[in-house]
Amino acid sequence: MSALLAADLPYWVQSLLRVLGGVVAVLLPAGAIVYLFLFKMMSFMQSRLGPMEAGPYGSMQLFAEVGKWLQKEDITPERADRVIFKIAPLVVLASTFLLVAVVPFGPDAWFTNFEAGVFYMLAVSSVSVLGILIAGWSSANKYSLLGGLRAAGQLIAYELPMVLAVIGVIIQAGTMNLQGIVLAQNTGEIFGWNGLGNPYILTQFTGFIIFMIAVQAELTQTPFDMPIAESELVSGYMTEYSGFRFLTFFIAEFATAGVFSFIASVLFLGGWGVPFAWFGWTDIDSVDNWMNVVGPLIMFGKMMLLSFVIMWVRFSYPRFREDQLQRFAWKVLVPISLVNIMVTAILKVAL
Amino acid sequence: MTSTESLIDRKQLAYIASQAADARLNVELETEGMTLNIGPQHPATHGTLRIIAHLDGEQVVWAEPSCGYMHRGYEKLTEVRTYPQVTSLVNRIDWLGSFANEVPFILAAEKLMGVEAPPRAQWIRTILFELSRIANVSLFLGDLGVQLGAVTPVFMAFRDREHVLNLIEAATGGRFHPNFDRIGGLKDDLPEGFIDETRAVMKKLRNFCTEMEDLLFGNEIFQSRTRGIGVIPKDIAMQYGLSGANLRACGVDWDLRRDQSLPMAWDKVDWKVWTHPDGDSFARCWIRLQEVRESTLIVDQLLKSIPSGPVMAKVPRIIKVPEGEAWVSTENPLGEMGYYVVSKGDLGPFRTKIRSASFNNISIVPWVLKGVYVPDIITILASLYFILGDIDR
Amino acid sequence: MSPLSSTETPIAEIPGDTLRERIIDDLRTHIGADLLDSLLKPGDDLWVRVNTSAWRQTGVALRSMGFEYFCFLSAIDWMPSPFGKGEDDPTAPPTERDDTVRQGYAGGATRMQLLARVVHPSLHVGVNIKCDVSDSEPVVESWSPIFAGANWHERETHEMFGIGFAGHPDLRNMYLPSEFEGHPLRKDFPLLARMVKPWPGIIDVEPMPGGSDDEEGEAE
Repeated sequence: MSALLAADLPYWVQSLLRVLGGVVAVLLPAGAIVYLFLFKMMSFMQSRLGPMEAGPYGSMQLFAEVGKWLQKEDITPERADRVIFKIAPLVVLASTFLLVAVVPFGPDAWFTNFEAGVFYMLAVSSVSVLGILIAGWSSANKYSLLGGLRAAGQLIAYELPMVLAVIGVIIQAGTMNLQGIVLAQNTGEIFGWNGLGNPYILTQFTGFIIFMIAVQAELTQTPFDMPIAESELVSGYMTEYSGFRFLTFFIAEFATAGVFSFIASVLFLGGWGVPFAWFGWTDIDSVDNWMNVVGPLIMFGKMMLLSFVIMWVRFSYPRFREDQLQRFAWKVLVPISLVNIMVTAILKVAL
Repeated sequence: MTSTESLIDRKQLAYIASQAADARLNVELETEGMTLNIGPQHPATHGTLRIIAHLDGEQVVWAEPSCGYMHRGYEKLTEVRTYPQVTSLVNRIDWLGSFANEVPFILAAEKLMGVEAPPRAQWIRTILFELSRIANVSLFLGDLGVQLGAVTPVFMAFRDREHVLNLIEAATGGRFHPNFDRIGGLKDDLPEGFIDETRAVMKKLRNFCTEMEDLLFGNEIFQSRTRGIGVIPKDIAMQYGLSGANLRACGVDWDLRRDQSLPMAWDKVDWKVWTHPDGDSFARCWIRLQEVRESTLIVDQLLKSIPSGPVMAKVPRIIKVPEGEAWVSTENPLGEMGYYVVSKGDLGPFRTKIRSASFNNISIVPWVLKGVYVPDIITILASLYFILGDIDR
Repeated sequence: MSPLSSTETPIAEIPGDTLRERIIDDLRTHIGADLLDSLLKPGDDLWVRVNTSAWRQTGVALRSMGFEYFCFLSAIDWMPSPFGKGEDDPTAPPTERDDTVRQGYAGGATRMQLLARVVHPSLHVGVNIKCDVSDSEPVVESWSPIFAGANWHERETHEMFGIGFAGHPDLRNMYLPSEFEGHPLRKDFPLLARMVKPWPGIIDVEPMPGGSDDEEGEAE
């Protein structure tokens, strides 16, 4: 444990720091993605300027939006299941926080370090399905119900390719600990050359593509945004939400995009690390302490890169129909990822 | 996929749906359908069309459009107006291609009066007619993306449509409701610099068409969402009186610009009528895209050959139209738009039947939506392309 | 791309009046004496008037003659409006108006007439068909079994003119609320807005281009 987090701090201070860190790790990517990609990049792609009034280049727009949402009336439909209706956005957001808890940001900068981190990550990522499903159900709105059911069907279908894509990484790294996966990539070598480490995006490229597609579907971003599908279902499960509750959904959507990008960069891009050979490090204990500051920045950069791809796809593609989406998941992604696992396992044993 | 194959698919789908419905009646697992009200306020209804869809899961058992939320009674109103005043009403029927609405009415009045606009006016009319088609259909192309979940095309459409609207504004003074056409000619001549400006804009629009082809029409997801969806066979389309791109997408080679003689300039230039054999949503969208491109070519050629002379024929100061009946229809952006004008030798029409394209185009909806999925309702409606003012009048 | 375009097909000649004459003859062989009257305006269009009882038969005949494209169906109320153009001051005593019912092309005997248009898709020639609708029992056989698209047009005509269509599956109102009373497009249905305030612009005051600008036009 580093001096930063564990040195002589009492447990409650540690916990407080971790909670604050978690909030930052969730909100910062969400804010960055919304401003940089949703507001600005999307505008430039669509030959317009985007928000320009609030602050320089509209950089304060986000705060203006949050302020606007907070002022709006919190409406609960008359026939809604009130308690569940109010819990739903929190469940979705909670899933994001649970996810970020296992992401390592540096040699010692982590919130928890589960031995079976990947397993945990895959498990809690499906909690958001519950939130979406109960949001759709409790809204007492047919559009919301259809959206909720579509979301449930879609998220369950895409859990499987995601799990299968990650298995390739687990086989190659030989561990389910996310910190261990980072180490395995940065200490690895490609045919005896260790100048780049061995980021699994090279060896597990198929897995990476499948993982990113599954992430796109998990996040219900276009082309998999049928649960929201604003031209069909108005806003899907979010239709009846207003004000702060809608804001919660909104934050959760983009925060989850950030967190999944974090996880993808841990699994495939080498996470917080730089190739250890550059600095002559051999294992986690020999890593210099400054990596606890630089690591999160590296992670942030990789996260922005991956979420850029997610958003880019989102702005460019039309959406699938659910039956096409299910067909794509079960007939294309699952078989390919199974083959990927087999090939990985054979090569792992053979080499 | 050819039209026959997709037709078989469709029949099979309908068959499976009916079998499932029959089976459900006989077993304990009886499910209850759900009636979904799409509209009157819904992002996909371009106004206030309401579609009542009875669903089984996400499959449509029957669907029925319900219109009238925007009925303005133009047929009645024309009876209490003078002929020149009617154009300001009919402008509002298809509000995206307003100028094109004025033309057939004015032509009908001219036909009854035995007046013909001077050649320059005919040319300018045709140019503005095609410009309003471009303005209208380019928005359709952008909107198509939105209906399918792609947000970027619509901004490109708005970007380039703006240039066209500027041209229309420069020539007529109005961006949306020009009210520029007069019995016997036009209100005014073209402004200075219009021709060069228009040439440049037409080039931009052709670029826009290519962009749309790259961004949307070539996209696999777009194709899988539209190909083989909402197939309308030729004979059904004719029975329902589908017109314009919807009819040509069913393989019927019919374009009123080419197939009737009107005092307009279409027969003076060289252009193509595009048809597509499939009759599905993709064909309808694709035809429209080609038509925008073809329209830009028409405008380019007309600009080259525009004759000089007056833009107004000699007509009396106060227009009285001789007794008689006339039917004139033109190939408007949405399809066949026609006016049946009955005159009793009065200042205003005795009766005007407005045959608008969307009314017929949408009347096929109950037939074509049977057995499709909810997302396909949206693509089919988008590809049939209606404007609410054109349904309700 | 080019195989899909249709430049290869020759541009159809403008249908001659001989063609229209043949259509009248053809129709007469199909429905015989039920073809009451016809009018052919040279170079313009064709109007026929058929017996009310033969309305559906005419549709079948035209369809079999290749007129497969259904254009529209509506009605005309030939009674002159008792309210004129709504140009009168509502407080002034009513003006005397000519109230003789004069039918248009192809004649007629009743106040209301049905009007439909079908088109031959390959000959590019259309026919306007009219038939009389009796005042006492305004019911005509429906065309919707022949042309499915007539469904909505008949609903609209039913609602706007009060003409019934026997055999129509569902004559609900299209536009108006179902409890609406009256038939708006009948001439005796007053346009309320004009009853309250006369239409101010009955004479067009816009100056013609090239003509002298008069003050009235400027003021407006």
